[in-house]
Amino acid sequence: MADTTAHLEAHATGHDHAAHAHEPTGWRRWVYSTNHKDIGVMYLIFAIVAGVVGGILSGFMRMELQEPGIQIFHGLASMAYGVEGGEALDAGKHMYNVFTSAHALIMIFFAVMPATMGGFANYFAPLMIGAPDTAFPRINNIAFWLLPPSFLLLIASMFFEGAGPGALGFGGGWTAYPPLSTTGHPGPAMDFVILSLHIAGISSILGSINLITTIFNMRAPGMTLHKMPLFAWSVLVTAFLLLLSLPVLAGGITMLLTDRNFGTAFFRPAEGGDPVLFQHLFWFFGHPEVYIMILPGFGMVSHIVSTFSRKPIFGYMAMAYAMVAIGFVGFVVWAHHMYTTGLSLDVQRYFVAATMVIAVPTGIKIFSWIATMWGGSITFKSPMLWAIGFIFLFTVGGVTGVVLANAGADRALHDTYYVVAHFHYVLSLGAVFSIFAGWYYWYPKMFGYMYNEFLAQAHFWIMFVGVNLIFFPQHFLGLAGMPRRYIDYPDAFGMFNRVSSIGYYITFVAMVIFFYATWEAARKKRPAGDNPWGEGATTLEWTLSSPPPFHQFTTLPRIDSTNAH
Amino acid sequence: MAGIAKNHDYHMVEPSPWPFVMSVAVLVLAIGIISWMHHWTPFVFFIGLAGVLYTMYAWWSDVIKEANGGDHTPVVQMHHRYGMMLFIASEVMVFFGFFWAYFDGFFRLDDVEQYARVAATGGIWPPTGVELFDPFHLPLFNTLLLLTSGTTVTWAHHALLEGDREGLKWGLILTVLLGAVFTCVQAIEYMEAGFSFAGNMYGATFFMATGLHGFHVLIGTIFLLVCLLRAMRGDFTPERHIGFEFAAWYWHFVDVVWLFLFASIYVWGSWGVAIHH
Repeated sequence: MADTTAHLEAHATGHDHAAHAHEPTGWRRWVYSTNHKDIGVMYLIFAIVAGVVGGILSGFMRMELQEPGIQIFHGLASMAYGVEGGEALDAGKHMYNVFTSAHALIMIFFAVMPATMGGFANYFAPLMIGAPDTAFPRINNIAFWLLPPSFLLLIASMFFEGAGPGALGFGGGWTAYPPLSTTGHPGPAMDFVILSLHIAGISSILGSINLITTIFNMRAPGMTLHKMPLFAWSVLVTAFLLLLSLPVLAGGITMLLTDRNFGTAFFRPAEGGDPVLFQHLFWFFGHPEVYIMILPGFGMVSHIVSTFSRKPIFGYMAMAYAMVAIGFVGFVVWAHHMYTTGLSLDVQRYFVAATMVIAVPTGIKIFSWIATMWGGSITFKSPMLWAIGFIFLFTVGGVTGVVLANAGADRALHDTYYVVAHFHYVLSLGAVFSIFAGWYYWYPKMFGYMYNEFLAQAHFWIMFVGVNLIFFPQHFLGLAGMPRRYIDYPDAFGMFNRVSSIGYYITFVAMVIFFYATWEAARKKRPAGDNPWGEGATTLEWTLSSPPPFHQFTTLPRIDSTNAH
Repeated sequence: MAGIAKNHDYHMVEPSPWPFVMSVAVLVLAIGIISWMHHWTPFVFFIGLAGVLYTMYAWWSDVIKEANGGDHTPVVQMHHRYGMMLFIASEVMVFFGFFWAYFDGFFRLDDVEQYARVAATGGIWPPTGVELFDPFHLPLFNTLLLLTSGTTVTWAHHALLEGDREGLKWGLILTVLLGAVFTCVQAIEYMEAGFSFAGNMYGATFFMATGLHGFHVLIGTIFLLVCLLRAMRGDFTPERHIGFEFAAWYWHFVDVVWLFLFASIYVWGSWGVAIHH
């Protein structure tokens, strides 16, 4: 990535533009940045680094689960802590749990969110609405710069005592339910995780305030909300979800912190507290969080499908308000994560019904993407492949979501690999595919160079095969009753686990191709031109140079009534 | 950015070291909290805190300089209004979480599934052994203090709008004093509490909810104090004073949160139970 950045810099200074005389240079340009595009690029680089770390953690998990029995974690523990025999086995089992917890937190807070709401939203929401920058450039920068400290605290947690002597790190899952996260992990590791999440939360809240204000108050003259590109709509809805859900998580983990360190009894039944209270607070955040990860993808995919079908998006208004509806209903379905906690039947009935309602606006989106392609003049360039891959995989994940929405079915499937398969289909196949779609769609705009189309398509096809091999068999494992978050399993689950692990290696190859393709594009320097996608790409970012000038729209564009979305 | 030809009223903010410095200070603060909680050393915490406070001062000083330098055009002021409203909205959601914790005890006091909890609380709320405050004693006094401070800050605002600088100053001085008295009364109340912070659900929810509120009163008081100092320095005009307006908004927000705390924890929570005098 350093290559790409250096080239971006070189290229940007090469541009002849009035604003460039005042451009900050060197490290100050990035560390002191008040430029939404530079901050967006830093977010993307951060997300890639964090994604690699999270991906390596899952690699160890897949190697472990490749065969029944303990494969590698006792060895890892032995290497890391210098313990032997039974001690290494115990430490290894804990380490496996630490890896699953860290994998989830890293992928959610430090890979997907920084890529979508950090990188693409920062870079492209202002361009699409015709704004010269965001509303609060310094707040934008601190929202980014709070992430490395937060990430550092999370990584540090893995090296401090967690569940007792010799059990380093927090192994209680990303949901951090008490009592496992309170009395179950008395060491400082969990406190590192809590403060890491506090800081990541502050970062996202500040970023959201910046983006909402930008979208409400900096649209170009003539661009009403109902003419605003769908990506900007998706960012707007997502930012509201972050703004309103993260403070509740902050409250919940603060209660964890005081229960752990100051003797409060929020989650201690013996003193009148309620451990299920934490689950409510957590999922009141956690459910909007899953939409936070997917909504920006919805926005990007809408533009990509429209661009490569050479048609305006089908049902623009329905598409925009479907996202608003998903955001709204997303706040009132949280307890479908908690069917097995003893909720009353009436409460369960409500949450089943409300959860299924979400399938309606989601269906509107899926069908509108298909209707956009219908009769279109489609070119299957790599962004389009990723977008179609997204639609297909997200639909699979969405359908299993409707299955899990049933409280009755969830009795059998709760905490099995069926759930793991479901949320990886919507997130690591859905959200991540949308990120790669956005990456290949906007790479030429951000960096000014064209990547090798063959490599991009090879990346897509190999990754498509790889991730499906990882996660599709996990449905079978879950239906057969394999629970999640265990280091070992009965021999009967061996075959599908082996297939799943092979899928990981294939995905690994795809990621190598991704890095090679990025390096190759930075090295070969094929100029992309202002608009490499032709007449289908109608949004404002394509009217600018590639990369755009350091400060764009010094004269605001005027949107007349004939402009499409 | 100075020197750039721009044909719009947005403020192109100069590069600034403060966001990065702040994030480093926050990292130090977080490590400091952990090292204090685990009895390693309290020292790091105070370094981090000093860093955070200094950076706040430096950052906001820059903002005030930019405001006085004419960067805050009407559209930029509208940005600030959106930003402050959204910030307060997120603050509301923090309190939402703590109210949720309180009402979890309040409404779900006799859930049969939670037999351990019912055994601990006796199936009643407030739990057995918890002696409450008389809501119409110090808490009512505090309510009246805050409501009065809401009127004095409005007085200050109207005085400012009419160019009455003395009224502005005295209105702010009174508001700050009322806020400070509220904090003192709250401290007295805490010392007299018939339950403790640790060891019971009621104490946890009560002290965390009212304590978080008290912390916001402190922030609001400091915010108003800064406005008072700026007013004495000659800042704020009848047309341009969003810094003052935000302090007033924040103060009203703190006020409204208190009304909810007073109504739901002090008054509703004490219906039909023993009162601690």
